[in-house]
Amino acid sequence: MDELQQFKQTFFQECEELLGDLEGNLMSMESGDFDVETLHAAFRAIHSIKGGAGAFGFERLVNFAHTFETVLDLMREDKVPADEDNVAVMLRSGDIITDLVRAAQSEDDLEPGYETETAKELAVLAQAGGAEVDDFSGDDAGDDFDDEIDGLDFNPVPAGDDDSGGGADEAQGADLSKPMESFKIRFVPTTEMLQRANEPLLLMRELKQTGNLRVNCDLKALPQLGEMDANSAYLAWEFDLDTRQGREAIDDIFEFVEGDCDLKITNLSEEGAAVEASAEPEPVVEEPTPVPTAPKEKPTEEPKAEKPPAAAPKPKPAAAPKEDAGGAPAKKAAPAASAIRVDVDKVDKLVNMVGELVITQAMLDMQSGMIPSDEYPELISGLEELAQHTRELQDSVMAIRAQPVKSVFARMPRLVREVAAKVNKKVTLKTVGENTEIDKTVIEQLGDPLTHMIRNAIDHGLEPPDEREAQGKPKEGIIVLSAEHRGGRILIEIKDDGRGINREKVLAKAIERGVVSEGAQLSDEEIDNLVFQPGFSTADEVTDLSGRGVGMDVVVRNIQNLGGRVNIRSTPGEGSTFSLTLPLTLAVLDGMVVRVGTETYVLPLANIIESLRPLAQDIHSVMGEGDVLKIRGEYIQLVYLHRHFRIPDGIANPSKGLVVIVETEGGSMVGLVVDEIVGQQQVVIKSLEENFGAIQGVAGATILGTGKVALILDVAGLKAMSDKERKGRSPKEIPASVPAAAIASSPQ
Amino acid sequence: MTKRILTVDDSKTMLDMLAFTLKGAGYEVLQAENGQEGLDVLAKEGHVDVIISDINMPVMGGITFIKNVRQNAAYNATPILILTTESSAAKKQEGREAGATGWIVKPFDPQKLLAVVQKVSPDF
Repeated sequence: MDELQQFKQTFFQECEELLGDLEGNLMSMESGDFDVETLHAAFRAIHSIKGGAGAFGFERLVNFAHTFETVLDLMREDKVPADEDNVAVMLRSGDIITDLVRAAQSEDDLEPGYETETAKELAVLAQAGGAEVDDFSGDDAGDDFDDEIDGLDFNPVPAGDDDSGGGADEAQGADLSKPMESFKIRFVPTTEMLQRANEPLLLMRELKQTGNLRVNCDLKALPQLGEMDANSAYLAWEFDLDTRQGREAIDDIFEFVEGDCDLKITNLSEEGAAVEASAEPEPVVEEPTPVPTAPKEKPTEEPKAEKPPAAAPKPKPAAAPKEDAGGAPAKKAAPAASAIRVDVDKVDKLVNMVGELVITQAMLDMQSGMIPSDEYPELISGLEELAQHTRELQDSVMAIRAQPVKSVFARMPRLVREVAAKVNKKVTLKTVGENTEIDKTVIEQLGDPLTHMIRNAIDHGLEPPDEREAQGKPKEGIIVLSAEHRGGRILIEIKDDGRGINREKVLAKAIERGVVSEGAQLSDEEIDNLVFQPGFSTADEVTDLSGRGVGMDVVVRNIQNLGGRVNIRSTPGEGSTFSLTLPLTLAVLDGMVVRVGTETYVLPLANIIESLRPLAQDIHSVMGEGDVLKIRGEYIQLVYLHRHFRIPDGIANPSKGLVVIVETEGGSMVGLVVDEIVGQQQVVIKSLEENFGAIQGVAGATILGTGKVALILDVAGLKAMSDKERKGRSPKEIPASVPAAAIASSPQ
Repeated sequence: MTKRILTVDDSKTMLDMLAFTLKGAGYEVLQAENGQEGLDVLAKEGHVDVIISDINMPVMGGITFIKNVRQNAAYNATPILILTTESSAAKKQEGREAGATGWIVKPFDPQKLLAVVQKVSPDF
């Protein structure tokens, strides 16, 4: 059934969101920083999952969710304490719910009994809290839902098919096997019943459909017209009903009004009373029993077992509500931001169109410079407005694709728990800046690298508890995962307070592997960054978590594919910090347009520190290092772009051209020698890789306002190339930081 | 005239399934993701024939929502069905005290759902 598949898809999407929320709530519980609203939210998440799961017949999920929900419910009512042990059970249950959802989604059933142990723990808690719980045994539960799920048919009949036309005969014809019975029903509605929009007339119509109905209305309680309140109930009824549908059918009809009326149903056939089963088409018989005043009368009921206690009518109208006993969220709560779901393709198309618009606008902007402004003032001001609106439109469109990193961060606590348990370490994960927003594509691809790095931090970075204690550190290691915006990019850091990188060991290993030649002089930073080299692992023993030498280089590649860079800082004994910097969006870039000879290039603005025309005496030539620029007492390596790109008419003398000082992510600075700066501009990144493959030193291309194509330079890549050229250490080259060789393709 | 039903549930799955079932039966369906939104929809759209609402929702739960709806004289006679997995007497009673006309137990059988809607708001 197609619709069912579609609902399932919605359900699983929703589950992802709910599980994310749940994880967050459970984390707050773990940290002890939570209130009853946290429990409400967790309860709601499980409750919603259960509701959907029930509709699709995911029984294991329903059963587990039910037990889980019961405990959360007891917890929010303070019947089960939210202490450390119980919260631990909640956390485990959260993991299992996640697994069950995933299993249901992949239609790949988990092994039998997977959840049993945790479910038993939950059941124990639930029982302790006073709830009735079936003994959990994994397979036989969920009977409650079977009935409803069987024959679930989403092709409903059109409304109004069961018109009341046929009446008694039709209804009776439905099941001739049942005996004809006669009932006497006394029905006195209360004002409350009417206030709940239950309509006596509708009930009578329903009754009529079950068999032969005679109605006698009792008007005794009806006051004088002047005293009548239109909203009150004054009437009472007596029904004589002959039906083959049994008592249940009558109970069903009165289901919603039970407790809101005086209702007495007597089976005359059963009592052996005078009436025979045959329907008598006689007119209404006057009833001898006097009917007292209607609504205030105590019911002389013959109640069903589960009848709610509040059967006695209450004079107080429901329209004056009391405070919600269930502790529902405050009325004044801010309305939730409404959201729509849109196909990502549509958004990408929009992003692309805006990209084109930006190019067109840039072109117009350039052309407008040739128009005398005093002759066409409106045109000029119109173009200025266009520029501003284009910029705003672009920001808004980019914001559509932006999502908080929370969705990725929320997956990490579980990872930390699992890895920490496996390696017998105690670890606390702190997350900072989860609401930092970043492009959706980037978020989606961030999961794997983060997983690797956190795993690595726990396995290698943090010391075992006793070793930590011996060093005077707290037994529990701390990993801080943070995200923040910095200079048009997003910076994500994974910081541990472990042992830091053992530089001697790393260097020795690098030399042994031939990654570095013996006797090479490397800075601390360069040594630290060796861990990103392919096939590099300093773990003496390979564990099943990390240390197989695959991982960190994969991380680097993933991040590079997103146009990002990875860097590491480490202090022996104090810990390491891995930093990822990523572009906020993969589609546009703030660039500085520079000219070299006849060629135009774009430099990412984020990289640029300053630009200057140096004095000739500040340029020095250093053996084996090429030319350097002395600036404020520091020496900066110079890279001649015209040489790199073999442009014959570029200016060779920096003191006649310009030096643009750029910073690589590794923190080292390079001076790029160019002819001149043309201007600053937002450029739309077009991938070169897609059509030509990756080129070192080039991050991509763009179309300028003139309609000319310009290459976007990759600063770190350029430095690496320049180093290689100078030192001739070709295969054993160590980049000071990892070059972003390519920028991911612009959305197409 | 096509009848309009307002559905209020924080689960998109549930809203979709309700909408599919109800639309298939010829109803016009309005949706809201919590009680507050439900009130907003009512304020904007005016008349509805039936309201179906979940109980457990963020921002504003079903009970508070129903109480608020009933306070408005325009909705005195609008049938309100609560939609909940909690089929216990206590929950039903709580819903009824707030002013609910009846209830639908989740997960719902589409035929039963339509039958209940017909019950409280039949076509004549």
